[in-house]
Amino acid sequence: MSEVATGRTLFPKLSSLARFTFVDVVLWALRIGVVMVVVGGSVGTLIQGRYGAVQWFEFLVFGVTIGSVYALVALGYTMVYGVLRLINFAHGDIMMTGAFAGYFVAAPLAETGFLDRSPVSAMLAIFAVAVATSTIIALLTERLAYRPFRKARGLAPLICAIGVSFFLEQTFRGAFGAGVRAYPDPKWQKGAISFFGFGVPILQIMVVAAALVSMAILYLIVQRTRMGTAMRAVSEDADAAALMGIDVDRVVVFTFALGGAMAGIAGVCYAFVFKQVYFYMGFTPGIKAFGAAVLGGIGSVPGAMLGGLFLGVVESVGPALFLDGIGVTAPYQLRDLIAFTLLIMVLIFRPYGILGERMAKKRA
Amino acid sequence: MSVATVDLADRASSGKHSPFRRALGIGLILGVVAVYGATVGILPLMDARWIIVNVVSLGDTALIAIGLGAGAMVAARTRSSEFWPLVPPSLVAGGVAGGLLALLALAMQAFPLRQIFIALSPSLLKSLTFGLGAPLGGAVLIVVGALLAVLGAALTRAPEGLRKPVTVGLAFVIVFGVFQELIQIMMQSGGAIDALRQSIYTWEGLTLEGALMIFVLASGATFVWTAWLRGPARERLIHLSPAQRRYAKAVRVALFILVLVLLPVVAGSYIGQVMMLVGLYILMGMGLNLEVGLAGLLDLGFVAFFAVGAYTTAILTADSPHALASYTAIPSLSYWAAMPIAVLASIVVGVLFGIPVLGVRGDYLAVATMGLGEIVRVVVQSDMAAPLLGGAQGILQIPKPRIGGYELADPVQLFYLTLAASAIAAYFAWRLENSRLGRAWMAVRDDEDVAQALGINLVKVKLLAYGLGAAFAGLAGSIFAVMLTSVYPSSFQLLVSINVLALIIVGGMGSLPGVMVGAMALVGLPELLREFGEFRFLLYGAALIIMMRVRPEGLWPSATRRRELRDEAGESVLDEPEEAAALARRRVSDVQKTEL
Repeated sequence: MSEVATGRTLFPKLSSLARFTFVDVVLWALRIGVVMVVVGGSVGTLIQGRYGAVQWFEFLVFGVTIGSVYALVALGYTMVYGVLRLINFAHGDIMMTGAFAGYFVAAPLAETGFLDRSPVSAMLAIFAVAVATSTIIALLTERLAYRPFRKARGLAPLICAIGVSFFLEQTFRGAFGAGVRAYPDPKWQKGAISFFGFGVPILQIMVVAAALVSMAILYLIVQRTRMGTAMRAVSEDADAAALMGIDVDRVVVFTFALGGAMAGIAGVCYAFVFKQVYFYMGFTPGIKAFGAAVLGGIGSVPGAMLGGLFLGVVESVGPALFLDGIGVTAPYQLRDLIAFTLLIMVLIFRPYGILGERMAKKRA
Repeated sequence: MSVATVDLADRASSGKHSPFRRALGIGLILGVVAVYGATVGILPLMDARWIIVNVVSLGDTALIAIGLGAGAMVAARTRSSEFWPLVPPSLVAGGVAGGLLALLALAMQAFPLRQIFIALSPSLLKSLTFGLGAPLGGAVLIVVGALLAVLGAALTRAPEGLRKPVTVGLAFVIVFGVFQELIQIMMQSGGAIDALRQSIYTWEGLTLEGALMIFVLASGATFVWTAWLRGPARERLIHLSPAQRRYAKAVRVALFILVLVLLPVVAGSYIGQVMMLVGLYILMGMGLNLEVGLAGLLDLGFVAFFAVGAYTTAILTADSPHALASYTAIPSLSYWAAMPIAVLASIVVGVLFGIPVLGVRGDYLAVATMGLGEIVRVVVQSDMAAPLLGGAQGILQIPKPRIGGYELADPVQLFYLTLAASAIAAYFAWRLENSRLGRAWMAVRDDEDVAQALGINLVKVKLLAYGLGAAFAGLAGSIFAVMLTSVYPSSFQLLVSINVLALIIVGGMGSLPGVMVGAMALVGLPELLREFGEFRFLLYGAALIIMMRVRPEGLWPSATRRRELRDEAGESVLDEPEEAAALARRRVSDVQKTEL
């Protein structure tokens, strides 16, 4: 059981074959099954040649776009997990609050035509309000729901986080209605710029650019400022950091603020990509982004960025590449299936992720 | 007497927290609660329901309760037992709470808030400001809030002979008002009872005379009980012999079961349906309780087992093209043959579900199981599996179970099926809890590594937890399928898992009676207050947070769990100045008592 508990490597040593149990058989069947679907599906799809280069490029670009949104959300998970060892289950919903706040700015701006006339200042205003809102809500949840559990062990903090997630969703449902609201769709976002002969919509360039800029700023904050250094110290060892005179409470608050700000930007981007907001919209991307954070090695900032991009691309290319080839009907309905399978495979087989930091090993 | 504890108590209760600051805090919290209720739309909904027709609505009652509560909280946080020193802080607390609502009213009048917050309607403004407009009505709100708070403080400090009858009387009026539909249905049997119903109720709620009558009766009875009857009754209870006590307990349990069995017959099919739903959730709660409460495996994919039970029953019995009977040689089974197969299938799925996540612990386990549950739902919903499972339309025309030539079609009859299933399941759960396996689960919950070192086979024990937990859910799913006579994927969302988790947490993890209390509170209550149904998930979210913060052991905890959680939370509880002060105060009074 020890190899099960400490997370298994891909190729166990031959000597352990003697202790090959039923559980191992199932796990290997799972691995082989996934690999067979991936390889078989890819070969099948490529042989059939149903998709041309333009389509593959579109899948890829969409994957990078949605992946950079996942990366922004994953940053919030990974940083909070780093300092508190808590899965902020409500982080996806914090993203949703940002999207809603952005909507209430974007809708009137679109109505008056300002969003079309001066896109840059309008988008900045939308981002600013979204960031402010989700930062405030992230800080409120930290103060009211998570701080009392700072020293608690066991399942209590996670259960409380699940409660916060529900509470946020339902509060927004009550206050703003259960219906889906259409996000504005300004003309300039539909235009395309051509790269190597392929057209890329401006909207997707904007999303990727916004994500890259905010991630660069975040990276500088984490690496270069005093607060960022303190954050990394707390993430390494909170008790030792406290002994060195770091105010852990302030670091935690700062971490939640950073994560909230990233979630706000992600929320607006996500809503512009899918052109809608509703109270439950944060749940699925939230879970996927958590998967991305684990994939990149939870606690690691560059890992979350890479994990997010990887997940986005796999999820976008996957249905066509893996599933179409083995004759699945309507493979696009199974996009979430690919993302969740990836999430579970990571949690089971590589809980310390690609750029894994040691600490996750102890936890998972 | 230790100097340190006194110092702690003084500092926490007077230094930083002067009475006025504390009152301000209480007022702000309650005011925010009221404003939140208005913004989210609960208050407008409550306003639409009368407690006493044309006199007091449920919304008014809630606001009055907040006002009274402000005073009561001020009184509870103050040590002195006198009334007069409470008046100024109570005025502040109630006034501040009313003031926040007044601010909301002002904002509603000044800005078109409704374009963003759909619940802030003009009719809400009117009812908040007594139809006087924001400035004047707001002033009235503040004054009323302050006065109510003083009343609340006075009530808290009143002698028991006055306080108890008044509170019990009010509580009875509220209960009779809130559940008026239900009580009216139950009283409609005709004859004298029906005449009584007509004298205290109209179709919308209590009449003023009816409310007064209930208040007088309830408070009178309470007064008589506290003044003359309670003492002797307690006296007798203390002098009972152990054998007599056991006997008394058996009588209580028997009475409870009798009420449970007879209630749906008396109260009609609606209550039967609600009770049946509660029964299903109790079944699932008992299953998840094995996993989370005993074995400590936080499983958010629990709904998958429920779905397996329901779909297996559907495929085996339904009269539809998706049933096995229509495209294989397997004959269409009766419900009684399909149910055990459904349970068995759930066990198999539970074990298969458990194997990959054997090595995943704690928080990661929660996310991994949730992912597995979502995968099941996505697959069932997809067109890929549609030829087998009917896709989003699901499988229809599942026949109701039959006994002989008799069909269990009515919700009340199905309730008895659920009750029987729950009773059997409860017996199993109870035996499991006290078995060797149950103790092994608890050991794994407390520390996996130590449990393994003590020779517990983690793989076997964990897989048994998943499999047996799944069996309960499969049984519930099987009954669910015949209740609806159809299954579709939208019934098996993550919400169900969260719902079950919330009910075992509210009831108390690892405690069987807790599961029942939790299911009644979280499933039964919202079902009875139908128009508040859309807020039930808000209730679940709030319940999870509040229970974890205030009462992590649940409403009806198991004895061991209570001990553990108190120990575990010990250090973190002391972080709260308020609680630290309360603890210190308690210590001081203990010391004083021993000195006396």
